[in-house]
Amino acid sequence: MEKQQTKQEQIKKEPWLRIVKRDALPAWKIILIYAIAIVASLLLSAIICSLFSSKNPLAFFTSLFTGAFGSPRRIWLLLQDTALLLGVAVALVPAFKMKFWNLGGNGQILVGCLAAISCMFYLGGKIPDALLILIMTVASIIAGAVWGVLPAIFKAYFGTNESLFTLMLNYIATGLVAMFITIWVKSGSGVLEPLSSGNFPALFGNKYILTVLVFLILAILMYIYLKYTKHGYEIAVVGDSPNTAKYIGIDVKRVIIRTMIISGALSGVVGLFLAGGIHHTISTASANNMGFTAIMAAWLASFNPLVMIGTCFFIIFIAKGMVEVRGNFGFTNDSIANIVIGLVYFCVIACSFFITYRVVFRKSGAKRKKTDEAKGVD
Amino acid sequence: MKKQTVIELRGITKRFGASIVANKNVSIDVKKGEILSILGENGCGKTTLMNMLAGIYYPDEGTILIRGEEVSIRSPKDAFHYNIGMIHQHFKLIDVFTAAENIVIGTHDDGKYDIKSAKNRIREMSEKYGFHIDLDKKVYEMSVSEKQTVEIVKALYRGADVLILDEPTAVLTPQEIDRLFDVLRAMRENGKSVIIITHKLNEVMEISDRVTVLRKGEHIKTVNTSETNEKELADMMVGQKVTLNIDRPMPENPELRLEVEGLSLMGSEGHLLLDDVSFSAYGGEILGIAGIAGTGQRELLESIAGLHHLQSGRVTYYNPKKDKPITFFHKTFERVMELAGSGMLRYADGRDFTGKDEKGKPLSKKTIRGQVEAGEIFFKEDEVINLREKTPLQIRELGVRFSFVPEDRLGMGLVANMDITDNMMLRSYRRGKSAFVDRKTPEELANDIIESLQVVTPDVHTPVRRLSGGNIQKVLVGREIAAGPRVLMAAYPVRGLDINSSYTIYNLLTDQKKNGVAVIFVGEDLDVLLSLCDRILVLAGGKVMGTVDARKAKKEEIGLMMMGTALEDIEKQEGGSL
Repeated sequence: MEKQQTKQEQIKKEPWLRIVKRDALPAWKIILIYAIAIVASLLLSAIICSLFSSKNPLAFFTSLFTGAFGSPRRIWLLLQDTALLLGVAVALVPAFKMKFWNLGGNGQILVGCLAAISCMFYLGGKIPDALLILIMTVASIIAGAVWGVLPAIFKAYFGTNESLFTLMLNYIATGLVAMFITIWVKSGSGVLEPLSSGNFPALFGNKYILTVLVFLILAILMYIYLKYTKHGYEIAVVGDSPNTAKYIGIDVKRVIIRTMIISGALSGVVGLFLAGGIHHTISTASANNMGFTAIMAAWLASFNPLVMIGTCFFIIFIAKGMVEVRGNFGFTNDSIANIVIGLVYFCVIACSFFITYRVVFRKSGAKRKKTDEAKGVD
Repeated sequence: MKKQTVIELRGITKRFGASIVANKNVSIDVKKGEILSILGENGCGKTTLMNMLAGIYYPDEGTILIRGEEVSIRSPKDAFHYNIGMIHQHFKLIDVFTAAENIVIGTHDDGKYDIKSAKNRIREMSEKYGFHIDLDKKVYEMSVSEKQTVEIVKALYRGADVLILDEPTAVLTPQEIDRLFDVLRAMRENGKSVIIITHKLNEVMEISDRVTVLRKGEHIKTVNTSETNEKELADMMVGQKVTLNIDRPMPENPELRLEVEGLSLMGSEGHLLLDDVSFSAYGGEILGIAGIAGTGQRELLESIAGLHHLQSGRVTYYNPKKDKPITFFHKTFERVMELAGSGMLRYADGRDFTGKDEKGKPLSKKTIRGQVEAGEIFFKEDEVINLREKTPLQIRELGVRFSFVPEDRLGMGLVANMDITDNMMLRSYRRGKSAFVDRKTPEELANDIIESLQVVTPDVHTPVRRLSGGNIQKVLVGREIAAGPRVLMAAYPVRGLDINSSYTIYNLLTDQKKNGVAVIFVGEDLDVLLSLCDRILVLAGGKVMGTVDARKAKKEEIGLMMMGTALEDIEKQEGGSL
């Protein structure tokens, strides 16, 4: 009798669903799961959008694609913005691989941009453009690197929390930009008119190609750096097991500082392109929050710089497409667009759960009996 | 007068997974107004047994009776309901709260606290039992002993009649221990029952009324303290010697390889983790290190490996170099000149090499480089290298061939998310001037190890975290041995391994010994230590209790030393009784 009781107890103890870690899935299954998640999220978004307006859900998809690919200019803008986001993601990825939570992408981009604009503002017209662009490049890289290395030094030597530190530096960067704009713009409008010198040349007569090419190449280089170089190996060891790193004689402090110099400098390069290649001016919102969006892109790609090309493209595609949807569906504010973007992100992130785990339901009493009997027969 | 039984455990069994039995059919009882010691080696199931009383675990079999009534304790809250309080080894206090706040928190369900009247109650209690407690002090400002007091008061405040203390004296100074024992005695006078989990024999004798001895999860015996002695208890704890079938050849021409003198290491809490430790390790023998877990074995090995800043002491490595020419493989040019300057180098024909020619004129860098590369320069004696204050990397650069199998395999020896190949390169990835890593050689090594040690894995690209414990250990030991060590240090290399994998590891260590490597083996199973090692060094409380010959030593002798009796004292006693 006692035994029966314990058995009943065990049944009671087993919850009705359990989460079990699964073995590695083949790549095609992973891709399939992601594809299903994306399609499902878009369908859901289409339904929501048509609920809030009188439009046909199908119009959602046509608007989405027109928004992103509707004209050659739109396609080039899509590619350019993808490249910029990719640039930021490439900058963040070595830090994240090292488990250094760099939330300061925005600030690092801004100071890079500010450095370039300062050069354009003060040196523009006084020296040849080629030389100016060279100085701008160096200045942006140094500015970004400084913004990246500051939290790294404090983390390495004093154990300061890098997330807070990098986050706070964003505000300082924004403050600096606001301050310089006040100094530069005498009219008091607070808007710096685009500067004419130090603008990047158009490659093959197309002003977008240079940006796209540079960041595509940087992504490939970063992939090689992380995967095949000694530095990349050290980053992985430090990120995964600092004690092992210490034991095998990796100088953890040095790796942290070195990696953050690289991370900051690359963010600075994105700032450089914003200044010299695209806007030719600066505002406190120049970074366009890419420092955070890029974290999404990098995370979704499991920190693989080549996969990041795809995730960045997808993120920008949704953002561009939603602008068109908003117009066509007559939404007067951003909220619906943001809800859709949030929904898509949510589905894509949630589906990664099903790649690592599977859900097991408790068998009901009758079913359990059946399987037990079946086993008995066997 | 017969004392009333408060708690009775009947036939308690607790398993973890299919193979590990933490407690097997344990039946004990606790009486009102007594102090009961639970004694046993590490991993004998003392804490697990008590955790079942405290509601942390639930027994798989058996029943618990409290005051004669069968109960089921499913959570710590249930335990409090039955007036059982447990003080864990790691305190569970909130750092930014005061003592009083920590004591009352969670006691009122309506969410209101009357700190003032609570304080009065606590003060009354403190007087009754003789606590010294500052109720307004914040926990983060407290010493370990003060925190412990808060934990005890917290349990009593919740009305605990039975107090369980898990190794309460481990972190206390002798004075603090005396004070704690006074409190425990006062509690006994007031009719409370106290259970202390310990492995210190002298404390058992001093404080407890009865002693329950556990060994490998089983209840051996419960005796009245007044009717037993330390030696009998030690015998019960370690049991009979079991000879294992491990091949143990006699050491051949042991050569001094490593010498540790007066090594002391201070812990972060200001107490000595290692206290004046001295020993020597010889090539061609296995030196065992025995001791209760956490008595400094880990720190000792890590200190030798260069991971700690030492308080005092010396670590000297004797590099067997006198018959081999020096090379630039391990020595930089600067290091060669340094050695030449201190008169340690010679030419093949015996003349001194000082970096100068016969007339005292310095040789050119090119000439010296040529001579070294041609293999013309030798060490006069075995090279003596001081390892104190050197980082692991510096140690390696000096050409010291240490291999280390740390206790924490995935935290320190291997990188869990990397595959087997990448883990193979941890030691060697720096080789060569190229900025890129070479994965070809490590992959060959990985394949070699998988084949020769029969590692069960899909392939070399499987992350090590996906392997089983035994296979992870094989990968780690395999890599450390492949580095061709002169000194091989292994901390608990068979922990968690099945019998077959354990024997694989024993044989690997013995093979290394035959190759002239100085093997240092930290183990917890005395039978293994006695069957595998040549000599055994016994540590207790960070101090060396003595070194015994593993072929002749008695198990009880080592047991006593592990409990803190120095070898000399044991010999004196035995001499006296003869």
